[in-house]
Amino acid sequence: MDLRLENIGHSYGDMEVMQGMDLEIPAGKIVCIVGPSGCGKSTLLRLIGGLEQPTTGRVLQIGEPPVESLNPLTFVFQDFALLPWRTVEGNISLVLEDHGIRGKQADAIISDVLARTKLTEFRKALPKQLSGGMKQRVAISRALAVNPAVMLMDEPLSALDSQTRELLMDDLVSLWTREPFTAVYVTHNLHEAVRLGHFIVVLSRRPGRIREVVAVDKPLAERELGDVDLEQTQKYLWNLMREEALAADKELINV
Amino acid sequence: MSDSVQAKQTKPVAFRGGGFSPIHIKWVGLSVFVTLILVLEAGTRSGFISNLTMPRPSDVGWTFVELWTSGLLWKHVLPSVSRLLVGATLGASLGIGVGILIGLFSYIRAGLVPLISAIFPVPKIALLPLFVIWFGIDETSKYALIAFGTFTPTVVSTFGAVDNVDRSLIRMGQSFSLSWFSIVTKIVLPGAMPGILSGLRVSLAIAIILLVAAEMLGAEYGIGAYILQAGSLYDLERLFAGVVILSVMGVTVSAVIGFFEKRLLGWRM
Repeated sequence: MDLRLENIGHSYGDMEVMQGMDLEIPAGKIVCIVGPSGCGKSTLLRLIGGLEQPTTGRVLQIGEPPVESLNPLTFVFQDFALLPWRTVEGNISLVLEDHGIRGKQADAIISDVLARTKLTEFRKALPKQLSGGMKQRVAISRALAVNPAVMLMDEPLSALDSQTRELLMDDLVSLWTREPFTAVYVTHNLHEAVRLGHFIVVLSRRPGRIREVVAVDKPLAERELGDVDLEQTQKYLWNLMREEALAADKELINV
Repeated sequence: MSDSVQAKQTKPVAFRGGGFSPIHIKWVGLSVFVTLILVLEAGTRSGFISNLTMPRPSDVGWTFVELWTSGLLWKHVLPSVSRLLVGATLGASLGIGVGILIGLFSYIRAGLVPLISAIFPVPKIALLPLFVIWFGIDETSKYALIAFGTFTPTVVSTFGAVDNVDRSLIRMGQSFSLSWFSIVTKIVLPGAMPGILSGLRVSLAIAIILLVAAEMLGAEYGIGAYILQAGSLYDLERLFAGVVILSVMGVTVSAVIGFFEKRLLGWRM
């Protein structure tokens, strides 16, 4: 299942936060969205996932999602959004219960996704007992449990420290390599974008527009910390964003 | 460099952190009680405190023994406890129900919140005559009074608790296409539980106050009636015995809620 954004524009009251966005999200690829703060990255993601309605334009699904996909468009949030009163396993079964998946069938799915995110021995733990990185891995395994056609990741690593971030990026890369998934990945961190993105969409400052789409051809598994060509891409992206970020900064002061 | 450091005066950095975090200390609370009672006992025995101003704690104790042996204790306590149970259960469950509805539906909120604000500050005891006319002088009017008094604070704390549920968790539920009913029962209600329980602490204390008030105004048996009788005879021993029973009831209610908090809210902290 591909996604297509047609002429998406959005405003809150009088304030226009984005306009005229056209974008293709091809199946099996990770599309990263970067841009200066306040350009509407997260809003765009919520529009794609149907949590908000665009003022103009529409988001289209092209083709049917696979039958085994319980929740085609699945979010991974920056703040993890785990229920603190449910264990790791309970947080995952939460999203299965509404599909009538209980008992043995649910058990099998939970064991599988926890194994994929290396959390098997934490099955009975409560969120408060887990570190930030582990919480986000629980959130990722919860997302995997519903077989998403597209994962919508809203700054999933931004609340974590840089070591944990590197480790989780490796995890995401190995997850994707084993079984390519489609993802829209919003981040303000260009380093994450060049590590994980097949396409990197650079947004302009508010009102957000697509400034450029940069393709990174190197296979995910071959990208490593400190790759020269990735550094160059990152530098290129930074130069694109720099003026926007500076201008956005000044606008905030003028408000 | 090292010479100049040695030449200068050295001293450890003074500690200025710590404090401001309550720690659990056992037995202090109990010993305050015991000391207070012992001081009263010694004071009344020595004549330093006149028997007219304060009853002797041991006499209050004997009053209890008498109450127990004559069987009057249960005759007074049981009706009170049943009034409290029926009235508070009725008021609290209605209050939680209405509070959740207010929290969930904007129309109900718009319609009921002004009404609740209007009846909240009314001293419910002032309405007892009205309840007597509506429900008669017997138990029903007491149930109604206690229920009504418990209802308003429970509503207010419940919809506050529902409002305070983390919206990002609700968005998460929607993003996984959970049904409305699942979001309410699995996210909103557990999320509101801490606020609901701490609200119940307040509402149930109010219920005990209203229980006594209702019994003072029209009951043959009950702690309120017992205290009123003792008070009109200036029988301080019996008055204090009644007060002690009320305190025990308050502590029991608080312990029951504490038990539920431990059971239901173990996920916090």
